Order: sequence, then C-alpha cells, then structure tokens
Amino acid sequence: MLKKDLLTEIRVAAASTAIGMFALVTLTVVSYAVGSASLEPVVEASLLWIVLFFSSSVGLSRTFVKEEETKTAVALRLTAQPSVVFGGKLIFNCVLMLLLATLLVPLYLVFMTVSVPSPLLFLAVLCVGLLGLAGGSTIIAAIISKARVKGPLFGVLSFPVLLPLLMLLVRSTTLVFEGSNWSQVSSYILGLVGFAGAMITASFLLFDSVWES
Amino acid sequence: MPAEKRVPAVLWWQVLIGIWIAVVIWAAFNWIPQTMNLGETSRIAWFHIPVAWICVLAFGTAMVCSIGYLRSRRLVWDDRAVAAAEIGLLFAILATISGAMWAKRAWGVFWNWDPRESSIIILLLIYGAYFALRAAVDDPERRAALAGVYNILAFITVPYLIFVVPRIMASLHPDPIINTGGEGGMDANMRMVLFAGLIGQTMFFFWIFNLGTRLRRLAREVLHE
Repeated sequence: MLKKDLLTEIRVAAASTAIGMFALVTLTVVSYAVGSASLEPVVEASLLWIVLFFSSSVGLSRTFVKEEETKTAVALRLTAQPSVVFGGKLIFNCVLMLLLATLLVPLYLVFMTVSVPSPLLFLAVLCVGLLGLAGGSTIIAAIISKARVKGPLFGVLSFPVLLPLLMLLVRSTTLVFEGSNWSQVSSYILGLVGFAGAMITASFLLFDSVWES
Repeated sequence: MPAEKRVPAVLWWQVLIGIWIAVVIWAAFNWIPQTMNLGETSRIAWFHIPVAWICVLAFGTAMVCSIGYLRSRRLVWDDRAVAAAEIGLLFAILATISGAMWAKRAWGVFWNWDPRESSIIILLLIYGAYFALRAAVDDPERRAALAGVYNILAFITVPYLIFVVPRIMASLHPDPIINTGGEGGMDANMRMVLFAGLIGQTMFFFWIFNLGTRLRRLAREVLHE
C-alpha cells in the first residue's frame, strides 16, 4: 500500500508539489510581512505552526479522494484489509509531513532569523507534532472522501479537532525557542504523544466503518 | 374507533423540573451567603457550572449513541446522537455566554483566551463542524456512519480539553475560577445548591433529549414511509 502510494507520488508528485508550493508561498508572505522586525518566541512559534498546518491540509485532504476519483477504491476494498489500507495511507501522510518539514523548517529558521538553543528538543517537538497532524488528518480525509463538498469540508472538520494539538504545539515550541530544557517541555511532549496516540488508535478502530459505508 | 387517551399539555414532572431549576437559581442569589472572594458576581457559577456539565454529558451521550449506531446500524441511534449533539451545542453556547458575562464583571473583559475559554470555543467549532458534515452527506445510512465516526473522534478531544489543557497551561494562565469552582471556598450550603443545580439540569437534559429523539424518529419515519 505504502509502496504504491510512494511510487505514484514520485511519478506524479501531485500532493507534494501542492504542499511544497503552498508552504513556500506562505513562508514568503509571512517573512515579507514581518520584514526585519524581531519577533517574540511566541509569535515565531505560532507562525511556524500556522504555515505547517495550513500547508499540510492542502495535501493531506486528498489522501482518499484520489482513490474514489480513480475508482481504485473498489479494487482496494476487495483485495486489502481495511487496517492495511489505513496503515499505508497513514505512513504515507507521515512521510509527506516529514518531507514538508525538512523543506520548510530550515528555510523558516533562516528567513525569520530564529535561534534554536537546543536543536534536539526542537526536533522532538516537531516530529511528535507532525505525526499528530498526520494522524488526525488521515481519518478526516477518509470521512470527507465520501461526502459531497470535500475540499472546504476537510478544513471545517479537521481544524477544530486538531486545535488542541496545535495549542500544545505552539506552547511547547515557544518554550523551545525561549531556551527551555527537557524537564520543562517534557509534560507538553507527553501530552502531544498522548493526543496523537489516542487519535491514531481511534482512527484505526473507526476506519472500518468509514471504509465500508 | 376507540376513544383516544387525552394527553395533558404539561406533565407533572415537567412542572417539577421547572420549579426545581427556578428554586436552584433563587437559592444561588438569595440563600447562599456571599463568601467567595469573587463577590456577588460569582453567583452565576450556579448556572454556569451545571450548564457546562450538561454540555459534556450531552456530547458524551452523543458519542455513546454513535457507537450504538455503528454497532447496530439502526437509524434510531442516529436520531439519538443528533438530538444529544444539538443539546450539547446549545448548552455550550449557554456556557460560553454565561462565562463571558461573568468574565466581564469579574475581570473587566469579555474574553481572555484562558484555557477553559479556549476549550469551549474549540468544542463549539468541533460540534458545529459535526452539523456541517451531516449537511454534506445525502444518504441517511452513510450520513449516520460518517457522522458517528466523527462524533467519536470529536469526543476523544474532550478529556484533553477539559483536564489536560488547563493543567498543562495553568502555569501561564492562573485562573481562579478553576480552583475555587469546585474545591476551595465552598461550604456545605453552596455545595448542596450546586449539586441540586446539576441534578435539575440533568433531568432537563434527559427530558429534551427524549423529546428530540422522538421528534427526529417520527420525522424520519413519516418522510420515508
């Protein structure tokens, strides 16, 4: 499942170019608007996650819509177990998010002149956050693939559900930018892991109902 | 044709619920001594806290009903889930408005973005999105299934919003409401009235929930005869 999606993506590069371009454009706008003003860590953290969040929604919403449109969904239902389908899509989305971050975060740090006192901590928060975003978005993508209005509906459904995640992410990234050490940020990271874990577990359990409807 | 039983316009227990809640509100304003350090403005707590509790109860009920639908595939469970979600949304709005009124009096501004306020806004958005999703799907069974899945996902965020988020962010936003609301500063009388308020609102919830479910089910059966 994962291999198929990766191959398709490498050949067609539909989702990743959309995400990448959106992210670059947004970053440019933000960086230009801020100019040479130096920002508080809280604002730096917020802007980073806003760019990441909205860029991801552009690409992740099409996870299942693609299958429905090309009618490959029927073939998948016949041949593969639902959990396998979902697992493959989930891992693919995680990979997509990590790629997005690899592109965007260094550019963000450079353009917005952000200093990161402890890179490892920053990476930890980033990874957990991206996985949480991917986890929540994948099941929502499955839900909207069966609905009528698809595109805007993805935003309407996923943003509120992912807002607690975002709130925790912005707080913890602020702490990281301010130079906190592990002990101060660890409770946030645990909270993030818990949220992402709960979402992904529930998604696996619920995916059957969505896939078969 | 057999003579039909005359159903009275108002049943005895409906009147009881009305009187109960009225008494609770009266007691909150006239009977409880003013001992909380927030002063007279804190009396709205006896309305605000039960309302917030019912909001969570309603969303929890909606989740249980969604699970019921996904397991049994009987549409009556979907009726129940929607009825509960509607009540939850209504009570969330009531909780937000009463909270904002209280905040204006106690702190001077209607909105502060403190953890609990943020949580209620997120809840409003999440369950508003639930109704948007329902509007976007035409087939009743598919709508019930998709909405049910979303309902369950949505409720997973609720424990986070209620318990985890205020604890984690407590250090940045000291909020006297969270601490004095339940634990400190309440004597036996206050607790009793609060408990009575919770019971009264819970009864009210079950009444409206039952009404909403029956209405929906009737509408569905009549329209699809």
